[in-house]
Amino acid sequence: MDTIIFLIFAIIAVVCAINVVVQTHPISSAISLVGVMGSLAILYLLLGAEFLAAAQVIVYAGAVMVLFVFVIMLLNAGAEAKKGRSFMAQLLGVPLLIGLLGLLAWFVQRLYPVGTTVHFGGFRGGTAQDVGRALFTSYLLPFEVTSILILIAIVGAIVLARKELD
Amino acid sequence: MAEVPISWFLTLSAVLFALGVAGFLFRRNIITVFMSIELMLNAVNLSFITFSYQLKQVNGHLLAFFVMVVAAAEAAVGLAIILTVFKNRSTLNIDEVDSMKN
Amino acid sequence: MQLWLIPLLPLAGFVINGVLGRRFPKALINTVAIGSVALSFAWVLKTLLGLGDLQNVYTEHYFTWIQSGALNIGCDFAVDRLTAVMLLVVTGIGSLIHVYSMGYMAHEGGYYRFFAYLNLFMFFMLVLVLAANYLLLFVGWEGVGLCSYLLIGFYFDKQFATNAGNKAFIVNRIGDFGFSLAVFYIFKNFGSLDFHTVFQQAPGASEAALTTIGLLLMVGACGKSAQIPLYVWLPDAMAGPTPVSALIHAATMVTAGVYMCARSWPIYTHAPEALNVIAVIGIATAFMAASIGLVQNDIKKVFAYSTVSQLGYMFVGVGCGAFSAGIYHLVTHAFFKALLFLGSGSVIHALSGEQDLRHMGGLRGKIPWTCWTMFCASLAIAGFPFTSGFLSKDAILLAAHGHAPWMFWLGTLTAGMTAFYVFRAFFMAFFGQYRGHEHPHESPATMTGPLVVLAILSLAGGYLFRVPEFLSTIFPASEAPEDLTLMVIASSAGLVGILIAWVMYVAKPGIADSLAAALKLPYTFLYNKLYVDEIYDATVVKPLVGGSRVLLWKVMDAGIIDGMVNGVGSRARNLGSVLRLLQSGNIRSYATWVLFGSVLVIVALGIAGGLR
Repeated sequence: MDTIIFLIFAIIAVVCAINVVVQTHPISSAISLVGVMGSLAILYLLLGAEFLAAAQVIVYAGAVMVLFVFVIMLLNAGAEAKKGRSFMAQLLGVPLLIGLLGLLAWFVQRLYPVGTTVHFGGFRGGTAQDVGRALFTSYLLPFEVTSILILIAIVGAIVLARKELD
Repeated sequence: MAEVPISWFLTLSAVLFALGVAGFLFRRNIITVFMSIELMLNAVNLSFITFSYQLKQVNGHLLAFFVMVVAAAEAAVGLAIILTVFKNRSTLNIDEVDSMKN
Repeated sequence: MQLWLIPLLPLAGFVINGVLGRRFPKALINTVAIGSVALSFAWVLKTLLGLGDLQNVYTEHYFTWIQSGALNIGCDFAVDRLTAVMLLVVTGIGSLIHVYSMGYMAHEGGYYRFFAYLNLFMFFMLVLVLAANYLLLFVGWEGVGLCSYLLIGFYFDKQFATNAGNKAFIVNRIGDFGFSLAVFYIFKNFGSLDFHTVFQQAPGASEAALTTIGLLLMVGACGKSAQIPLYVWLPDAMAGPTPVSALIHAATMVTAGVYMCARSWPIYTHAPEALNVIAVIGIATAFMAASIGLVQNDIKKVFAYSTVSQLGYMFVGVGCGAFSAGIYHLVTHAFFKALLFLGSGSVIHALSGEQDLRHMGGLRGKIPWTCWTMFCASLAIAGFPFTSGFLSKDAILLAAHGHAPWMFWLGTLTAGMTAFYVFRAFFMAFFGQYRGHEHPHESPATMTGPLVVLAILSLAGGYLFRVPEFLSTIFPASEAPEDLTLMVIASSAGLVGILIAWVMYVAKPGIADSLAAALKLPYTFLYNKLYVDEIYDATVVKPLVGGSRVLLWKVMDAGIIDGMVNGVGSRARNLGSVLRLLQSGNIRSYATWVLFGSVLVIVALGIAGGLR
């Protein structure tokens, strides 16, 4: 059961990722990216990271990608102009890429012989309670620092993107 | 049947990361480049959470959380910069933003 | 006893006159300069009287100068009888010459500079004499060389004067190189440079080592005391003012070599080969210089070659083991040679700068004081019986006979030649008709006063200062017996020389020119100083200068070293222009480089074992 879920959503993730890279119009890439994030959220659930799965959907897919889509809309970005590409590059490039990725995958498999296996519910320490506890005790300093970081980001973004005062 | 070997997750993370790098290098539209960066960050998040499962600790979750926060901030500021550049140069093609050349 | 006051008083004079003298009136400069030297002389007298009979060495240690491993050099002054003699000569004659310079330099520019340099010279010479170790002696040695250079080139706007100064310094340097090697070798053999320590250990060292040290010290002495082959600077040094010639190149600096050899007598008495070499060099120099002096026409050049010759005599004395005879001649020579130079300075002053003997004559009525004081000096240098010069020269010739009879005969011949050329100069200047166009006038009392003092010393100084007996407690006894026959022969040589000079230049003046015409070739040879300068120029100077210019300058300095330095700059620029291509302005290439760098880092970590 878990294997099937993993395979389905892994394949969706990979296909969407390829789409992000390959599509000419940015909006198509953006939608595909949303798909990647969604599948990743499911995979997080499988790994017992409940809080993070929710955060992924809310923050990434819900806020960051929406921001991307808004900007694409604002800029009225059109499809990328197709430049003349050699046919040979296309013919060779795709198999080569698949070969490379396959090699990469095989290497990772070799490095990690069968040991730990994942099944849903194998790790129960990823609840909001556990994450919150760790966040406010051991990781308090990074927490505060990232708050400042967000503040800086907000101020910076506003300053950069506003209209010039006459 | 119900068990998924943990190496599969890592493989997936590597593949997603590689795809992100490819997009980062080979796309000309700057927004697409940004999205490839986000793809890379997500791949790394997956990796963190996988290891957290393996070590049965919550620290990986925390790290992934911070990555998310920083990615969000970075996206905000980066897109603001893109807007400014677009206002000045009316192009989203990174090959045309080359006034530093020579 | 405050020995340090003796050199430091002239040094203070140098500093005051050197720094502030430009604004001082002449009277103040005189007071500072002459006062410092006179005070130094007075302090010498007080010290010597206070030290009693000086049977033992009196040492004062001031501070440790060098302390490095086994090398321990202190700033030590020591006074024994030899030092006492030298101190009296240096400060006494120095004071007289300072007084003389007041009158002589009265119309010259750079008055304060002259006295400042003169005081500096006194300082260094006194350090040289008082030093109790070889290194401090070397400090004084070098310092007097420096002052000699400064004073020879005093008229720095005249090319021949500055050339002469350079020549003196450079030739001295060659001698100093020998001296340095000797110092190194002394340290290697004895582990110390203190006179006391070295001389105690000298009897125990190997004869080969002692001979080497002796010969190397002699090289230094040849440079400083103008012996063959390094004498060539002294005649040219006459380009300096006459008081300088008198003080430095007659009485004090050039005798430093003799003093140094006499001081090192424990080394030399155990190295008879070195002593023999010294004696041979001395007699050869004495003879050769006298022969050149026979035909010179510049009055100062005559006396310059005479100095070289007399220094040769001193070295003969030292080389024959008669150290006290050599020092005795040093003292008497200081008297009469200083007088001869100061007298010639008075003549030159009277004739407003004329130095050529052929344009003088008949001056004895016009400048009587100068004439008769110079007469006393000429008698002394000719070895006229019972003058001081007679006593000292006799002592040396007797010792020479005891060492090697041929030296006695050559020395006697040279004595005859000495008498001849000195009286030739005297007669040409003061007798006969005046052949010039100036209006001679007698010099002021500041100049004639010292002349009179020195004249008295030239005649009677040998009796007043019984130097050999005084120094007999220091030096080993010389084996030369008193031989009346030899004394008679030596003095008659001098009288014969005077007679010939009288005949040739007073009685029958035409003989000189006809003789010169008859013996054309020898005459030309001698007149041109045996062409030694020209030989040196061709064999040593020109090859060195040419080699320096071509090899060292063009190839090494401009080619290699500048090439390396400029090359570094060029390579840096080339590297920079290559690296510049990295900044293409193309964002994607930047991205590629980022990726490349991160892959490199990961691989490096993997190799270093960071990843498992």
